[in-house]
Amino acid sequence: MEQPTVNNKFVFSRESLKKKFRLSEFLSEKIITGVAFLSITIIVLIFFFVFKESLPIFQSGKKEVTKVESAQKQEQYGGDETAATGDSSQALDSSEQVTRTNSSGQEQYGVTTTDTMMIENQVQGVDTITRGSDEATAKSLMGTQWLPVSDNPRYGLIPLFIGTLKITLIAILFAAPIAILAAMFSASFASSWMRELIKPAIELLAGFPSVVIGFFALMIMASFFQDIFGYDGRLNAFVGGVAMALAAIPIIFTITEDALTAVPRTYTEASLALGATRWQTALFVVLPAATPGIFAAILLGIGRVFGETMIALMATGNAAMMGMNPFESVRTLAATIGAEMAEVVFGDTHYSVLFLIGSLLFVFTFTLNAIAEFYVKGILVKRFQGK
Amino acid sequence: MSKAKSLTGGFFIGVTAFSAFLIIAVIAILLIVIIIGGKETFSWEFLTSFPEDGMMKGGIFPAIYGTALMVLIMSVAAVPFGTITAIYLTEYASEKSILAQTIRFAVRTLATVPSIIFGLFGLGFFIKYIGTGMDDVFLGGELKWGQPNILWASLTMALLTLPVVIVSVEEAIRTVPRELREASLALGATKWETIKRIVIPGSRSGIMTGTILAVSRGAGEVAPILFTGAAYYLATLPTSLSDQFMNLGYHIYIMATQSANVDKTLPIQFATTMVLLLLTFMLNLTAVIIRSRLRRKAK
Amino acid sequence: MKEIKIKTRDLSLYYGAKMALNSISLDIPEREVTAFIGPSGCGKSTFLRTLNRMNDLIPSVRITGEVLVDSLNIYDKQIDVVNLRKKVGMVFQKSNPFAKSIFENVAYGPRINGINNKSKLEEIVETSLKNAFIWDEVKDRLHDSAMGLSGGQQQRVCIARTMAVEPEIILMDEPASALDPISTAKIEELIFELKKNYTIVIVTHNMQQAARVSDLTAFFYLGELIEFGKTKKIFTTPDKKHTEEYITGRFG
Repeated sequence: MEQPTVNNKFVFSRESLKKKFRLSEFLSEKIITGVAFLSITIIVLIFFFVFKESLPIFQSGKKEVTKVESAQKQEQYGGDETAATGDSSQALDSSEQVTRTNSSGQEQYGVTTTDTMMIENQVQGVDTITRGSDEATAKSLMGTQWLPVSDNPRYGLIPLFIGTLKITLIAILFAAPIAILAAMFSASFASSWMRELIKPAIELLAGFPSVVIGFFALMIMASFFQDIFGYDGRLNAFVGGVAMALAAIPIIFTITEDALTAVPRTYTEASLALGATRWQTALFVVLPAATPGIFAAILLGIGRVFGETMIALMATGNAAMMGMNPFESVRTLAATIGAEMAEVVFGDTHYSVLFLIGSLLFVFTFTLNAIAEFYVKGILVKRFQGK
Repeated sequence: MSKAKSLTGGFFIGVTAFSAFLIIAVIAILLIVIIIGGKETFSWEFLTSFPEDGMMKGGIFPAIYGTALMVLIMSVAAVPFGTITAIYLTEYASEKSILAQTIRFAVRTLATVPSIIFGLFGLGFFIKYIGTGMDDVFLGGELKWGQPNILWASLTMALLTLPVVIVSVEEAIRTVPRELREASLALGATKWETIKRIVIPGSRSGIMTGTILAVSRGAGEVAPILFTGAAYYLATLPTSLSDQFMNLGYHIYIMATQSANVDKTLPIQFATTMVLLLLTFMLNLTAVIIRSRLRRKAK
Repeated sequence: MKEIKIKTRDLSLYYGAKMALNSISLDIPEREVTAFIGPSGCGKSTFLRTLNRMNDLIPSVRITGEVLVDSLNIYDKQIDVVNLRKKVGMVFQKSNPFAKSIFENVAYGPRINGINNKSKLEEIVETSLKNAFIWDEVKDRLHDSAMGLSGGQQQRVCIARTMAVEPEIILMDEPASALDPISTAKIEELIFELKKNYTIVIVTHNMQQAARVSDLTAFFYLGELIEFGKTKKIFTTPDKKHTEEYITGRFG
């Protein structure tokens, strides 16, 4: 049908403007939305799965479970008080230097924490241990002995909690003051060249893998502190705590500095106009105004330390002790998972307990973050709106 | 002002300055010690040869290779996923939508979860659930996928670094001004065409930053791969997804805590640490440079 | 006698519950310049954006009434918005070239329409830039970034970009308000040329510009169309007192 044209173009017509189905448009929207759904599903799945795997502990009347014990015992990671673990001067049993082939045909030797843990099919010499019902297990969670690898396994979480708390306390006691003071320096007193030095340094520290900090603690700090304080156990809560402080400092520093610089200039100017000095302003005006943010910083620092695994594995001694002495070995919740997960049998009690520990860690860090975010933001908003 | 006050003031400022420089000093000491300990051993040969003699001699090439391979697989999984999710959050979801808020909340939470938890998930879900499932369905129960290997370890790491990618890409997409999108639509482009031709090219640096930060994190984290695929000594390089792999961070950990002859392996431990530090440092630096260029462009 | 290109009938627009345009009925003839004037916030830009359905991008917007282009209601469910926008082009207040080369900016529209042949694109780009009175200034740096041009040059590239799609109607939302007087003059000269082939609707807060450039003028106030007629009449003997007050600067 001939249509009237203007400049060789067809005028508007129902034909030329009919709704068109565009495949690429349709597909791209569906795929993008689908992928987003998938990522949220996976994220939620992580949370649920960790919780789910810890539930069996609370189901009573579970049938007996057989545990396959590896031919190569990992005494270093048991709850044995006398083991000075992680100490590099200890030699391994010669039996542990056996060369083995795993099921994908790769040759490997050495320590079995690295190997596949479900070695049901391959281990020479299998010991079978039958467990009692899990009622005893659930009760033992509240106990004070962590002995998962024994004839009468006990899963007392208390020593692990205490260990984690000790480390966290020591770490924050060191990290918080230093980081907050340093942040104050950077925000209020430092000249710009100093700031150009401090901020990248902190970012550098933030970028250190925790295994490197753990290595430094194990090799250098441990001997250093032992020389100074003269205690027996080279690796202990103090060494671990100070090392953890290194990991926490960047977080506390960054958030504190943000909080300090977020205080409106009008506060500073008003204070100076009233005749206060720079340091008085910083200490008595800016710092209090930034308190919610600093509180959040400390909370997040705590969260970081609470769940830190590698430093704990390398520098704390890994013995589940409960004393108050900072110079004795401790075992943290995260380190326990890291140390023992390699040798548990899928589905048995030990496995579930480790997942339970994971759930606890997760709940704790989640709560900390929630508090830091909601409560602190709420106070900050109220404050700057003149509540 | 009274002398006492100015003294207090000076003291206070001094204390804060001391704290700042204390941190710097510790960092410097750490770096110096590691460099001193490792510089003898650190060489091109070290980087390219295999370990010998029970880790007392030789190089750490397989650890470098394993780390690189793992990080590569991790990125292939995490970067497209994270980028597409970020595109969804910024371009397709309305601000108020429940799904968008849930995703953002979940991503923030995921970013703060201790890394060992990912290892738990990797073990229980990827290896034991999916892996064993795959073995049952495809191999009639033969054990191949239901055990730690580089695939599961990489996927576990991908979950760990997913938040980093999403946040970086989202940040980058937001720097593309609304007016450009409007101009594109006013010319008769569809939503997807606008995203493809204007938004994504405009956020390229953000995608790069996110990827590099994820890679840096993935290269350094050890907890998630403790029991999902890393091994201490493998005679051959991994050739398939079902193989295990060596890893720089894991290597340091095992060598430092469990090697038979510490004195002999100590130089190698230091040198390996040097390599890892160098790697993460270069990656972070690159990301920072790209990111600051991006921020300058947005102003 | 010019045909009526755009006809709106009782067009009202709501942002949620708030009414922003109240029952506008207007006939815009083809190949003439129609100007919308009025104080800030009177709805003239909002109304302009209903003509190419750019308001669709705002989720809370609701439209009642009709907008007919060549007797076709563009808000009909059967209408493809994407194709509509190829026929009704828009130039924005602040020039918004893509972060690409000048060439790629102008070639963007044709590329989307499936034209990928290099020589054809070059032809279209050259024609469009010539029609926008900017070819001579950029012909030697077509592959440089468009961001390196001055404000006035960028705006003319944006106009060229719009023309490359070969629309029939060009909507201009205060195209020269961010420009210096010389660039403004160039744009006005351009509009004079463009109306030979395109229907132009221009929103401007500059009354003198409206008087210079347009054939018809519509005066808006608080979302309502107060008066519409030949520019000469509106600016010399307007019917409504309100119009007169605005023209004479009684309020602004």
